[in-house]
Amino acid sequence: MSRANGRSPFFRTVNTLVWRDLLSEYRSREILGGGIVFALLTLVVFNFAIDLRLESAEEVAPGILWIGFAFAGMLAFGRSFAAERERGTLDGLLLAPIDRGAIYLARAITNAILMCIVELVSLPVFVALYNVRAAWGELLLTTALGTIGFTSAGTLVAAIAANTRAREIMLPVLLLPLTVPVLIASVKATAVALGAQSVEPLPWLQLLLAFDVIMVATSFLVFEYILDE
Amino acid sequence: MQRLDLPPSQAHPLAGLFSERSGVSLALVAMLSMGAALYAALLYAPTERIQGDVQRIFYFHVPLAWTSYLAFFVVFVASAAYLVKRAPLMDAVARSSAEVGLLFTTMMLITGSLWARPIWGTWWSWDARLTTTLLLWFIYVGYLMLRSSVDDEEKAARYAAVIGIVGAVDIPIIHQSVVWWRSLHPESVVLASGGPAMPGSMLTALLVSLAAFTILYVVLVLMRTRLELARVDLRALRRRALERVA
Repeated sequence: MSRANGRSPFFRTVNTLVWRDLLSEYRSREILGGGIVFALLTLVVFNFAIDLRLESAEEVAPGILWIGFAFAGMLAFGRSFAAERERGTLDGLLLAPIDRGAIYLARAITNAILMCIVELVSLPVFVALYNVRAAWGELLLTTALGTIGFTSAGTLVAAIAANTRAREIMLPVLLLPLTVPVLIASVKATAVALGAQSVEPLPWLQLLLAFDVIMVATSFLVFEYILDE
Repeated sequence: MQRLDLPPSQAHPLAGLFSERSGVSLALVAMLSMGAALYAALLYAPTERIQGDVQRIFYFHVPLAWTSYLAFFVVFVASAAYLVKRAPLMDAVARSSAEVGLLFTTMMLITGSLWARPIWGTWWSWDARLTTTLLLWFIYVGYLMLRSSVDDEEKAARYAAVIGIVGAVDIPIIHQSVVWWRSLHPESVVLASGGPAMPGSMLTALLVSLAAFTILYVVLVLMRTRLELARVDLRALRRRALERVA
């Protein structure tokens, strides 16, 4: 294989696959539209479930935010493999002489980009609706790290769940217990970014980083066993 | 009989371990050791001065915890071995160990609750070790649900192995996250620095019970694995019969 642009064939494959997924999403706008509306609806509905006129909104609101992100993310992960299956494009992808790890990485990157877009739209609305002050640098860093952790595990689990009978149920049942560390750490770090005094931010960001590295590496290694037909 | 006619379950060097005979003799050993554990926990060990007889549940709770973690470690090792070698035996061991581990984890959660009610005054607390165990329970419930929701046996084995590995890798991170979240569990009294912080007779009772539960775990996994291998053989026979008809 030629080494165009000085990059290895592996990363060129990943690059191509990410553009392919993003282009197909741009044409259908299925995941983004649904994801954004879903995340915003969560913020509104939780406002009725929990009365947030209390003093410590910055302690409670992060939990609501991350429940919204997690559920919007799960919808997106499930949808991304279902769409591939409906169009029969997964078989074509598997017949192509490309590394299985590249397929995982590309899918995870696409999912993370889509989740980030949903989050970038939801965050300002969240800050306005819940009337909190945000340190945007910390908030965006936390959101990025949390999203990487959630998508790295989510992409792997969604690939498995797509091949089961009850795939809408299997995805959350398998994914939520695995990603509890991401949820706890993201909620705590988000609380700090919103001005909560009772939490120390650094350990939580380190935990997120550790989860991201370990989960991406493990998923990358085992993904080939899922696609092996 | 020709070599070709060997059932798939026998095609592994470790298959002899799972014979009917070894199962029966081990079951006898398990029965005797469980009897000894009951005696040690209920009669031999002294009554704790402050907690009273309630403390005796400790001799079952701790061994259940140890065997649960052992079970999920075995799931991890057998899953990795299955993905590398694709031996049906390894998949059967992983599945059996997950089932027994889930059973023991359930009993650990129940015995813990029974103890916590009179001592802590509550059935449940969101303490680090309790929370980790609860999440562990959910991970392996998901693992077994996944196995039963895939029709193709070979695919089910591969997917389950992946979850068995990812779940085990995740456990230390889950534990760390909930430790930082909060902690209230009694400190470890056996592995405390400066030797075990309990009388010798209590330690003896605990060790007897630990041994008994470990043997019980091994016996249950062996028997469950044998059942699973019989199923594998049955499927292979059916397939061969169908081929002959066709």
